[in-house]
Amino acid sequence: MLPEALGAIETVSALEAFNEAAVTGGELSRGEALLWIRREKIAEVCLFLRDERKFERLSGLTVIDRHPIEPRFEVLYLLHSVSRNERLKLKVALPGDAADVASVTGVWPGADWYEREAFDLFGVRFTGHPDLRRIMMPHDWEGHPLRKDFPTHGHKYSYRND
Amino acid sequence: MNVQGNTVPTDPQSGGGAGATRRMTLNMGPQHPSTHGVLRILLELDGETVLSAKPDIGFLHTGIEKQAEALGWQQVVTLTDRVDYLANLSNNLAYCLSVEKLLGLEIPPKAQWMRVLLTEITRINSHLVWLGTHALDLGAMTVFFYCFREREEILKLFEMFSGQRLMTSYIRIGGLALEPPLGWEKAVGGFIRGLPSKIDEYENLLKSNPIFMQRTQGVGKLSVEKLLALGVTGPMVRAAGLSWDIRKSEPYSSYEKFDFTVPVEPEGDVYARYLVRMREMRESQKIVVQALEGMPEGSIKADAPHVVLPDREKMKTQMEALIYHFKIVTEGFRVPAGEAYVPVESPRGEIGFYVVSDGTSKPHRIFMRTPSFGNLQSLPALFEGNLISDSIASLGSMDFVLGDVDR
Repeated sequence: MLPEALGAIETVSALEAFNEAAVTGGELSRGEALLWIRREKIAEVCLFLRDERKFERLSGLTVIDRHPIEPRFEVLYLLHSVSRNERLKLKVALPGDAADVASVTGVWPGADWYEREAFDLFGVRFTGHPDLRRIMMPHDWEGHPLRKDFPTHGHKYSYRND
Repeated sequence: MNVQGNTVPTDPQSGGGAGATRRMTLNMGPQHPSTHGVLRILLELDGETVLSAKPDIGFLHTGIEKQAEALGWQQVVTLTDRVDYLANLSNNLAYCLSVEKLLGLEIPPKAQWMRVLLTEITRINSHLVWLGTHALDLGAMTVFFYCFREREEILKLFEMFSGQRLMTSYIRIGGLALEPPLGWEKAVGGFIRGLPSKIDEYENLLKSNPIFMQRTQGVGKLSVEKLLALGVTGPMVRAAGLSWDIRKSEPYSSYEKFDFTVPVEPEGDVYARYLVRMREMRESQKIVVQALEGMPEGSIKADAPHVVLPDREKMKTQMEALIYHFKIVTEGFRVPAGEAYVPVESPRGEIGFYVVSDGTSKPHRIFMRTPSFGNLQSLPALFEGNLISDSIASLGSMDFVLGDVDR
């Protein structure tokens, strides 16, 4: 299922041995390993990687909007193990009409603001997040600016209404 | 600081009688000198002890990631300057390395060494601003003037190279924007060889200052595990005893060819962060001297006519160069579809641009993993349970830039 070069990575084979059904695909491109994780398994997988594979930190978390392709959102997790000097990317695909995924704040407390930012700018909901509210935009803002169907100009607050 | 609302008594058990503690909610910022920008913190106080601290960010949010999606690949370089305006060249470099990874460009040695030289001068610049403002927060005013005196020299160097003091955009996709100016070796050499004695000056001023020492030693301690879990990177982690520097662990732009050490301090307090950054300045000085002495000859731009603008002379004499010039200027260049992330050690920690290309001449998405955003998440952990006067020292020791947090 996974490309051969990716299966040769120890972390990937360990993760497959832990829960084969959680990984739905992956690729190794330009030296960066990427795994697609089943949506309901993400918190479990992250916990395993933190405890068993020493990914002590979540370097970043963001969303890529593929509008109008469905499933529209790709939630991206940039994992980093300082002690083993290894980086790994995880992705979860989310449909536009039900964009919610389990929060990983329980695994890394540092995911807190990244998930709030992803919620604020993309409208992806993280279930189980302790304080999911807007972080960048004003609290009464309408819409999610980084979505592809949100205009760069022409918004009601825009300085240039075209 | 302005008091927001009235003081509220605590739960009935602690009573309201004489000597009882009363809780108070205090609004700090967004306009407050020691928050180093527009940061608002909601403090809940019990006397002088901070019970909880809630940072409120986003006042400087300008939608840089959204703007980047509307610009061409090369134009985005100008936006990266504006993210962290004290480490503009580190940001330029991080962005260019990610795009160059997608393009598969090979950067000539001279350009790589110039990039190292310039990012290290940027590190000194950023640490000087941090040191000056941090010392000012803690009541040592002279250091501020000394630091800004040296910083002015650095800004003059930047102006000499790029024509700009702050928004340099000197590092471009495929190399550098311009050939280094005439006499740059003399200007950089003159500044950098005099720097160690200046750093001695700052250290003498601060180490013999009992107020500075008492307000920093043993204050704001956090363990490495906690810092890493909170997403903190850079000098703060090294000051807690972890020897992790991306320049060593994942070398980029020929850093493996330079001889330098990674300063580490075990204490994890505000004073340790001060020590780490001071030693980092000395190490950066060494790197700049090495880059200056061993600067390779050759081109400053990659051999990629479809990405890099041709020389003016070639453009005027060769048809092919003229066509490339026209195409790059009018429609930009296309970047192969794919995704790349190259982390870089900025003065504040790990900065990286996760670039997503769909094969067109504009980025599909750029995620800016900025160090200040991650570092600022440790604010509640640093504040809570400590005195409000110590919080100013902790805040300064984090060395964040609000433009970098809010983007």
